[in-house]
Amino acid sequence: MLLKDRGFVHPIASEITPQAVFNARRRWLATAAAMAVLGPRAAWPQANAAAKSAALPGARSAVPGALTMDKPTPLADASSYNNFYEFGTDKSDPAREAHTLKARPWTVSIEGEVKKPGTFGIDELLKLAPMEERIYRLRCVEGWSMVIPWVGYSLSELIRKVEPTGNAKYVQFVTLADRAQMPGLKSSVLEWPYLEGLRIDEAMHPLTLLTFGMYGQVLPNQNGAPLRLVVPWKYGFKSGKSLVKIRLVEQQPATSWSLAAPQEYGFYSNVNPKVDHPRWSQATERRIGEGDLFAKKRPTLMFNGYETQVGSLYAGMDLKKWF
Amino acid sequence: MVLSSVTRASAQSIVQHPATKPVLFVAALLPPTLLVIGLVNHTLGANPAETLIRSLGDWTLRFLCLTLAITPLRQWTGLSALARLRRMLGLFTAFYAAMHFSAYAVFDMGLVWSDIVRDVAKRPFILVGTAAFLLMLLLAATSFNRAIKWLGAARWQRLHRAVYGIALLAILHFFWMRAGKRNFGEVAIYATIVAVLLGWRLYKENWGTRYFMKLGSHSAKG
Repeated sequence: MLLKDRGFVHPIASEITPQAVFNARRRWLATAAAMAVLGPRAAWPQANAAAKSAALPGARSAVPGALTMDKPTPLADASSYNNFYEFGTDKSDPAREAHTLKARPWTVSIEGEVKKPGTFGIDELLKLAPMEERIYRLRCVEGWSMVIPWVGYSLSELIRKVEPTGNAKYVQFVTLADRAQMPGLKSSVLEWPYLEGLRIDEAMHPLTLLTFGMYGQVLPNQNGAPLRLVVPWKYGFKSGKSLVKIRLVEQQPATSWSLAAPQEYGFYSNVNPKVDHPRWSQATERRIGEGDLFAKKRPTLMFNGYETQVGSLYAGMDLKKWF
Repeated sequence: MVLSSVTRASAQSIVQHPATKPVLFVAALLPPTLLVIGLVNHTLGANPAETLIRSLGDWTLRFLCLTLAITPLRQWTGLSALARLRRMLGLFTAFYAAMHFSAYAVFDMGLVWSDIVRDVAKRPFILVGTAAFLLMLLLAATSFNRAIKWLGAARWQRLHRAVYGIALLAILHFFWMRAGKRNFGEVAIYATIVAVLLGWRLYKENWGTRYFMKLGSHSAKG
């Protein structure tokens, strides 16, 4: 209620991307030229990026901070420029390879420090709480960003259902790792399955979204179908895709990137312009789909612009140490 | 050696044809032309700046390999006329490197020189790439006939052997850039090509002549 509408008119999902226009236009335009100069692998997803998905509407969220005023990124970009290493490390790989992912049937098991552990089917999860649309900024650790209208509900809705015990201090997210569906698992770039984690208060924060759709449709495979996490104040890799298991645990859980490069990727990985990645600056970001080639990069915001909502979670913490 | 004398003669006349150089020149300009077309038609993907920078880097490596391939090809095939294409290919390599660097400086760094200097110092792979680029500029600047005369053939040749160092720096640049994602497939392809082309020169310098002389004396006996 509080920030439901601060006198601005928010775009509704159907108005954000003229999808049919993108589909038709992208398919016909100079794919051949792109193929010749970039090679067929890079050029192909351009042609079939924004595939049609079933509708999944969400009511405008009333959670404070959930509806950014920033202009949403075109769906064609958000569904063709993805880091989802299970389908290849190139950002054009997932759009081309993820068709092999079987998003149904799907179950998610919730276990560990909970009174009511269990396995939930995807249909059950879809009905567990009302769907909300949340327009979040997404900041990748690599230095680019998007604005995506997600559809889902707060993860806390699900966690409350399973009644965490007093020992539940952290939440670990385990994502799908199936060689039959995911060609990228052949690569040794990370240990599989991809693991992520949050502190319990982070996981229970209303902005932490259990996500089933985007742009008013069910999630495309390359964006983490059939359900993923979205933690908007952390770098994108903290938001695991295609979740299969959620474990509530007492100790800080292992996470894939901090296993692979502990000096580069910490457990927290909050968006922070003042704490550089050891190999590059995090002070600015390129907003995908915004402006022309010569557009200046944007300054990156503390906690990706969600400081008002989440800053108190980290009161008194040295964020350089707990990067 | 590899070609029969008839094939070699006809291949030689193709390489020497007055149209060959202009055709090669136009062909070498095709990739940036297609990139510009892609830019105008929005087919360079979600992050066109990144696509431009990376694609120009790929083409720099490809032209570098082509340039380095001229001498071994000439020796393997006996097509001496190939030598007349080498300078043009070398200059195109420098041209692509310049576009690659400019695209990085303009699109990634907004042409803020203090940021560029800081970034070059912070990221080893950019440092290595910049070093290769500056060396390449030096070679491009001394590529014309007057420079050869001015430096003296021996000194000029010694200077232009720096291209081997440039090739190694370029491979290291690409390797480091891909190391973050441990995506070494393409790196291995370029590294193999460069290794063969440089390895051939090493081999020729140290063992090749002796080996061929032996071969020659055998056949003379037979």
